[in-house]
Amino acid sequence: MDFASSSGGAARSTTSAKIVVAGGFGVGKTTFVGAVSEINPLRTEAVMTSASAGIDDLTHTGDKTTTTVAMDFGRITLDQDLILYLFGTPGQDRFWFMWDDLVRGAIGAVVLVDTRRLADCFPAVDYFENSGLPFVIALNGFDGNQPYQPEEVREALQIGPDTPIITTDARHRADAKSALITLVEHALMARLR
Amino acid sequence: MGTPPGGSPYNGYDAHQAPLGDTAQNRYNFPSAPSRQGVSQPYAQPQAPSAAAGSPAAGGSGGHNPLVRPYAMTGGRTRPRYQLAIEALVSTTADPARLQGQLPEHQRICRLCFEIKSVAEISALLSIPLGVARILVADLAEAGLVAIHQPGGDEAAGGQPDVTLLERVLSGLRKL
Ligand SMILES: Nc1nc2c(ncn2[C@@H]2O[C@H](COP(=O)(O)OP(=O)(O)O)[C@@H](O)[C@H]2O)c(=O)[nH]1
Ligand SMILES: [Mg+2]
Repeated sequence: MDFASSSGGAARSTTSAKIVVAGGFGVGKTTFVGAVSEINPLRTEAVMTSASAGIDDLTHTGDKTTTTVAMDFGRITLDQDLILYLFGTPGQDRFWFMWDDLVRGAIGAVVLVDTRRLADCFPAVDYFENSGLPFVIALNGFDGNQPYQPEEVREALQIGPDTPIITTDARHRADAKSALITLVEHALMARLR
Repeated sequence: MGTPPGGSPYNGYDAHQAPLGDTAQNRYNFPSAPSRQGVSQPYAQPQAPSAAAGSPAAGGSGGHNPLVRPYAMTGGRTRPRYQLAIEALVSTTADPARLQGQLPEHQRICRLCFEIKSVAEISALLSIPLGVARILVADLAEAGLVAIHQPGGDEAAGGQPDVTLLERVLSGLRKL
């Protein structure tokens, strides 16, 4: 069945897009989403079983434990018929099955980095490099501190020259908006290249 | 933070108000492990389709409480027939009169989606686990009660958004 053509209604002419906001625990993902979202960040939960890694697989009969994975997200209506969703990655990097779900069809990812805890972003950077998803690195300067230059961070993270590295304050709407614009420009460049 | 266009359907749904997991668990007795089979259930069992008869979700006594557990609501199915994107948009096309007689969770989704919502919003706003929301929405689409718009992916580019969509998002962001 083709959903889009199944019947009329508003959904037919309205399109959605999504951007992923990633980074280590406490780096400011939810803050970033909340800064630009038109709604208070919402939380959706998925359930997985530890052994099967199946999302919401509720019929298994073994003694596997279930784990709930939470994701925060926000929404920006960009046009009458265009809605952008921002999804924060789950706090725990081990929930890769959830990342696959997030990344499928995404425009790209903003990887937030606290330079005092640089290693926290490694899993996200690895994941996006491997999946080929366009991403930008946004250095979230807590309390306005940006102790490192973007190029120093590029060196430390071994990030290629094409990937933008910017500074941001996740609490400020203008900064978050600017980071999103940098990402979409980057994704567009990657597509046109 | 701006005001959502189209009123305030989000009032009272602040994600930070309470641990949603607890809410969902209390409301649905969720997750309800199959090991609970045989233990008396606080909620009524739905009429499970015969396909689900052998599943742990089946069984139990009937009742009149409209609340059902999520996997019971999905008739024992654990995968949507169509993999809906979490950002796929849903809007109710059915006349409100048609909602009578539908499962309570189906009705709640239909009422919510008179204003367009994503699958993720349905899950968050109704405290339904994401995978369950996907199945319920797929049911509703199959029944012709809602329309779904899967986000436009460019098949040639492995499902990535196409250039036109990227350009529209960029210009929309610049105008914010
Ligand atoms: N001073 C300062 N605090 C921040 C900044 N970004 C986030 N925070 C705080 O850091 C904490 C963790 O942020 P949160 O967005 O929940 O991180 P998440 O785990 O990545 O979602 C919160 O208390 C935020 O208020 C920032 O740029 N500066
Ligand atoms: Mg968070």
